[in-house]
Amino acid sequence: MSTTLTEQRTTAAAPRTTPAGRLGALARTELTLLGRAKGTLFTALVVPLILPFTVQATVKESTLEGTGVKVGEVLLTAAVGFSLLFAVYAALVTIFVVRREELVFKRLRTGELRDPEILAGAALPSVLIGFAQCVVVTAGATVLLDLGAPKAVWWALAGVLLGLVLSVALAAVTAGISKTAESAQVMALPLMFVSMIGSGMTVPLEVFPDRVASVLELLPLSPVITLVRGGWSGELTAGEGLMALAVAVAWILLGVFAVRRWFRWEPRR
Amino acid sequence: MDATQCVIDVRSLRRVYDGGFEAVRDVSFSVGRGELFALLGTNGAGKTSTVELLEGLAKPAGGQVRVLGHDPYAERAAVRPRIGVMLQEGGFPSELTVAETVRMWAGCTSGARPVGEALELVGLTKRANVRVKMLSGGEKRRLDLALALLGRPEVLFLDEPTTGLDAEGRVDTWELVRELRADGTTVLLTTHYLEEAESLADRLAILHEGRIALTGTPAEVTATHPSRISFDLPEGYFPGDLPPLAELGVTAHETAGRTVRLQTHELQRAATGLLLWAQGAGVELRGLDVRSASLEEAFLQIARDARAEDTAQDAAQDRTKETVA
Repeated sequence: MSTTLTEQRTTAAAPRTTPAGRLGALARTELTLLGRAKGTLFTALVVPLILPFTVQATVKESTLEGTGVKVGEVLLTAAVGFSLLFAVYAALVTIFVVRREELVFKRLRTGELRDPEILAGAALPSVLIGFAQCVVVTAGATVLLDLGAPKAVWWALAGVLLGLVLSVALAAVTAGISKTAESAQVMALPLMFVSMIGSGMTVPLEVFPDRVASVLELLPLSPVITLVRGGWSGELTAGEGLMALAVAVAWILLGVFAVRRWFRWEPRR
Repeated sequence: MDATQCVIDVRSLRRVYDGGFEAVRDVSFSVGRGELFALLGTNGAGKTSTVELLEGLAKPAGGQVRVLGHDPYAERAAVRPRIGVMLQEGGFPSELTVAETVRMWAGCTSGARPVGEALELVGLTKRANVRVKMLSGGEKRRLDLALALLGRPEVLFLDEPTTGLDAEGRVDTWELVRELRADGTTVLLTTHYLEEAESLADRLAILHEGRIALTGTPAEVTATHPSRISFDLPEGYFPGDLPPLAELGVTAHETAGRTVRLQTHELQRAATGLLLWAQGAGVELRGLDVRSASLEEAFLQIARDARAEDTAQDAAQDRTKETVA
């Protein structure tokens, strides 16, 4: 062991770390780890790109008849939804649980990082991947499916950004109630199924009876899908758009509350 | 100890887990600047539960903690940059290399040492590019120590720093801890190795079932327990034939069969008197065992007392209820 101990403490003048610096250090580490976790990486990168094709095979013009919804719009929103669910939500549920069970979160909490920074830093690479994917699939869909340029791009962008934040918050909630990485996979399924079927991802809400549709509109991912589709079609009134924003924000607030209340930083004893 | 010199101050600390288990019950102590304080105890005595409260990882159920004058839980941001923490168990992503782990931690630590220096401190330089999952238990402990030392902390919390280390690694770690202390670092360490506490600590406390059973300097703690002499009475002799025990400084004695056990705080005087008597009488004291007081003796005595107390548990529980109420 060495003798460098005595040149010691640079008194109180040592520069303090900043939230951005800490977040960056943690996110960089998570990116390295993501690159080494092939399974998680495959689920995050490839699955959301393949699934829209399976939807294409099932969504026929006939089902959409009389709804005024184009097949291309359904595929587009399906692609965005799959990116959020697989690249962000499902990936993060696993990452959060594994970090907790490996005691990494507990370790990080002994340092200067604040609790929200720990979750944000761990989530950042997945969020960036999810965002990049949304951009790629929407660009691809726009070109390949003849959708044309989005008519109200701000609605779509707001939808994607809120969707990313929402996915992180819901992943943390799901991780909080999952005991192991295996059970986390199962705990993640309900939201994924419900979203795929009931949030307008693969089946437009217009297909459902009005009463059912108005309930389904309140599901977590519904406002995100509504905003993205409205962004392309331009057929979203300000009232509908604001309503969707409000529902998304409400879910985020609920998620943050649940995380603060129920998230566990250490494995159960 | 005036306020500026008191680095860790713990008063009537309590910790209750979700299931209702009370791991820490009314623990109080303080640690001065530059002091090395050891928390000793058997497994489950409440050492880690106590240290986690000092590190600000959890909120106490009762009592008060001050580290560097701040509440480590509520005023985390003020305390964390000035302390270093070594948890009892890892907490590193297994797929990261040693150097990547230190680099990540350095990005989250004010005034961090360079990565190379940190690894050199703990002798892990050659393992820099090895994944954490490939490290031995002892190497993981040393990596943990490197992270704890990364920010040149004023206060260092070491939770069982040498558990899992081989003899050489243990000596190296002790040497490092001594150097840090010599440089003025305040150290709080937990251990279940008595020799570790005896050789490193300025003061120590023995925890038992969430309470401090005994505290003081190693010498003071040792002195609370008497030295012992035991031997078999020679054939044809009776306890009454021994020289007057009180005059030899013997404080207590008992006879079991032919075996005599004496307790004394003046071992040399008692032993000399006894041996001179045996020589004068021309008898051999078979099974002669002379044992000076030791930390181990004090430690074992606490465990024995506790077992005896178990029989009177009901009464003890009633007392606890009264104190809580």
